[in-house]
Amino acid sequence: MPEQLVFAMEVFLNGLMAGVLYALVALGFVLIYKASGIFNYAQGVMALFSALTLVGIMEGQVPFAHLINAIFGTEIHHFGWHVPALLAILFTMAVMVGLAWVVNKLIFRHLVNQEPIILFMATIGLAYFLEGFGDIMWGADIKKLDVGLPQGINTWIDESTFNIFDYGFFIDNLDIVATVVAALLVTALVIFAQYTKQGRAMRAVADDHQAALSVGISLNFIWVMVWSVAGFVALVAGIMWGTKSGVQFSLSLIALKALPVLMLGGFTSIPGAIVGGLIIGVGEKLFEFAIGPLVGGATENWFAYVLALIFLVFRPQGLFGEKIIERV
Amino acid sequence: MFYREAGDFKTSYTEDNQTFPIKFDRYRYYAVLLVAFAVVPFIINDYWVNAVFLPFLIYAIAAIGLNILVGYCGQVSLGTGGFMAVGAYACYKLMTGFPEINIFFHIILSGGITAAVCVAFGLPSLRIKGFYLAVATLAAQFFLVWLFNKVSWFYNYSASGQINAPERTVFGVPVTGAEAAPWAAYLFCLVFTFISAIIARNTTRGMAGRKWMAIRDMDIAAEIIGVNPLKAKLSAFAVSGFFVGIAGALFFSVYLGAVEVGEVFGITKSFLVLFMIIIGGLGSIFGSFAGAAFLVLLPVLLKNLLVGTLGWPTDLAAHLEFMIVGALIVVFLVAEPHGLAQLWRVAKEKLRLWPFPH
Repeated sequence: MPEQLVFAMEVFLNGLMAGVLYALVALGFVLIYKASGIFNYAQGVMALFSALTLVGIMEGQVPFAHLINAIFGTEIHHFGWHVPALLAILFTMAVMVGLAWVVNKLIFRHLVNQEPIILFMATIGLAYFLEGFGDIMWGADIKKLDVGLPQGINTWIDESTFNIFDYGFFIDNLDIVATVVAALLVTALVIFAQYTKQGRAMRAVADDHQAALSVGISLNFIWVMVWSVAGFVALVAGIMWGTKSGVQFSLSLIALKALPVLMLGGFTSIPGAIVGGLIIGVGEKLFEFAIGPLVGGATENWFAYVLALIFLVFRPQGLFGEKIIERV
Repeated sequence: MFYREAGDFKTSYTEDNQTFPIKFDRYRYYAVLLVAFAVVPFIINDYWVNAVFLPFLIYAIAAIGLNILVGYCGQVSLGTGGFMAVGAYACYKLMTGFPEINIFFHIILSGGITAAVCVAFGLPSLRIKGFYLAVATLAAQFFLVWLFNKVSWFYNYSASGQINAPERTVFGVPVTGAEAAPWAAYLFCLVFTFISAIIARNTTRGMAGRKWMAIRDMDIAAEIIGVNPLKAKLSAFAVSGFFVGIAGALFFSVYLGAVEVGEVFGITKSFLVLFMIIIGGLGSIFGSFAGAAFLVLLPVLLKNLLVGTLGWPTDLAAHLEFMIVGALIVVFLVAEPHGLAQLWRVAKEKLRLWPFPH
């Protein structure tokens, strides 16, 4: 088999794995958009915030230590204990639920019936706030996140591909874990949405707010729930990305990576988010591999957007989005 | 009494349709202009120009441009940073390519070039709407910044990848480069801001502006009553791009002098200008000014207060600034979705009736 083709196959596989991670972030967007019509730009920052909180709890950091030190001239940093990963994840989840409640209570309850663009702006404001808040609460330095996920090259794939192609593929164990987790997460979400009472209520709200309200579904409860679920998805994404590249500010930029995925897959479709993520992941890696060297590299920044843009011109609602019907 | 229409009789349509129909308002406007043109240049120093006045004037132009697209025509754009970069690089290429021509024309030409680029990226808006369009404009943002980073022709093959504004003069007075006096730079920008505001105000209340607003309110209905959506949307992109390009050119040549594209014209710039028009008020020229002033002054104020007065570390102040800006945006949206301009309108209404409640 020609060498280039083998390389391309490795790139393809890595692209698939990257695509799964994009899809993870995109999932959070889709959930909130479907249930409340809010295009939640803060999803990426929520991932960052949850990862920061997780690290903070695990390391036993004192929240707002920097602020307290600056005001009172004290020198406190850590409580001095370490919380096991699983317990810390539970605590973080509680924080995310609390955040969902506060966000709903303070912001989105007051913005009911506003135009979608106003809601979108509000989430950008929320993103800015959370970014500053997370940094003040836990400090802005780059942190290592280790919840015990396997990392490093997968030797089994390396060896078996070496036997076949004379060239070992480099696949990170973490990416494989992420793929499995994403698959589990999507299955769980689908089961939740299809077969549980709350899930059905959520879909009813997504379909028609007023009709759902009139059959006795509490909008507030559903919205808090949806934001909590989105917070949970953000936490999972935060753990994966945080383990991969450290918990730092750039984590919030994965929201920007998820946007073209959403466009491609359609804002309203969970399968769309997955398929879109895979297409974008594979597309940008292969493009960088094949065309990147000719034009100076770093094409990953814009390729996804341009691909989605070209795609949308032919299919404005995305791959799986609901058909846009306009009435006067 | 002040601020009353009473006794102010209009005898022609021109008078009736003027921007400031109330006499008091009109004189206030002239007074502001007089102070801006004839008083401020004599009393400002380097710090005030660089920290407050130049960013305010330049952002005001950018905000007017974006407001035309978002506030008047309803096409949400997140590519402002990229389009400002087009203006800046066009200006740089023109300045270095044709040094004998006055910089005034360079800046207007770079506005024109940006308008053309903006129209090209606006073409998908005919098919894509709402959020899809907002995300699609991000393609422009990322692609343009990448382009200016990678193609060395744009920065004249300089080793650092930066562009530096050479010294240029207007009437023999340097306005760009290291030798430029604060007042000269200020006046140069002020002229552009003033003219931009007048053009924008009169375009938006003329036929073009009414077409944009029809498209914004409901594009299908607008199409049915005979507004050509192709022309209306693309003209909004063009006019918006023109102003944003001028702002980018001024930002580079007069304000910063040296630019590294990824840092200066990144996605944060797009959001900043968007915040300006949201806080100031969508669909209002005054709102563009108010929003620009607000978001330029807020960081300066916070920095002086927290770092200067309370002695906090700068990184803490920076994070707090993020929080406050974010919270303010949310508070504004909850309390007054139409921004500062609406508060101003309400205040004026109250003032006209004062001291009577109704």
